[in-house]
Amino acid sequence: MARSVLFLAVLYAFWLLLSGMYTPFLMGAGAGCAVGVLLLARRMDLIDREGFPVHLAWRTPFSYWPWLVKEILKSGWDVARRILDPRLPISPTLIEIRPSQQTDLGLAIHANSITLTPGTITVEVGPGRLLVHALTREGAAGLAGSEMDRRCAELERP
Amino acid sequence: MSTLLGLLSGISLLIGAFFCVVGAIGLLRMPDVYTRMQAASVIETLGAGFILLGLLLHAGLSLAAVKLLMIALLIFFASPTASHALARSALLRGVKPALADGEEGPSKP
Repeated sequence: MARSVLFLAVLYAFWLLLSGMYTPFLMGAGAGCAVGVLLLARRMDLIDREGFPVHLAWRTPFSYWPWLVKEILKSGWDVARRILDPRLPISPTLIEIRPSQQTDLGLAIHANSITLTPGTITVEVGPGRLLVHALTREGAAGLAGSEMDRRCAELERP
Repeated sequence: MSTLLGLLSGISLLIGAFFCVVGAIGLLRMPDVYTRMQAASVIETLGAGFILLGLLLHAGLSLAAVKLLMIALLIFFASPTASHALARSALLRGVKPALADGEEGPSKP
């Protein structure tokens, strides 16, 4: 129930911020739309720990995101250097890794983080198995048992 | 203050534009689908990221800045999902990745 109320508040805030016009009609329409979406989402049973993970919303922006941005900057710069190198020093590799996350949400975060980092793309996701395409051998070698794996598993804790 | 912000915003936009060009060059130079997607991911993370940062600094504290943040969130959540879907369907369709070790990719994953 608390989660539903929070969901409604987030939806209404989203409407107000996007609209920027605060006439009674528009604010009423926004409230109506927010309630409508809430009812639909409840009917589809989406408002749970996995569908609306509020417990991550206040934790990740200050711990996981800054670290991920740092990783993206590092590997993005590495990929950019390889692109501009006349010899094109790439060694594409497919590698299968065994992530340590238990939940679907943790697995999705790990797989998306890998794809978001330039130089690696998650090609297949299965329970306890990720198939990753990496631009270089070194990039592939750094994936198994990585710090990203550890950090994503940490996010799963209640 | 505003000149400093303007300068930072301009530098950030330039860096973003640089990474977009690098990504485009990579898109042309890389040998196969998967490596081309790797080059493109430089555009969607660093290119889009720095351009949005530049625009954020330009917008200052306003509703436009909030909307830019929402766009950034949308890009950073949706683009890996799209990349994954593209790479997965390419592999399922039997597009073999050009691998460095000369080994064949999994034929039927």
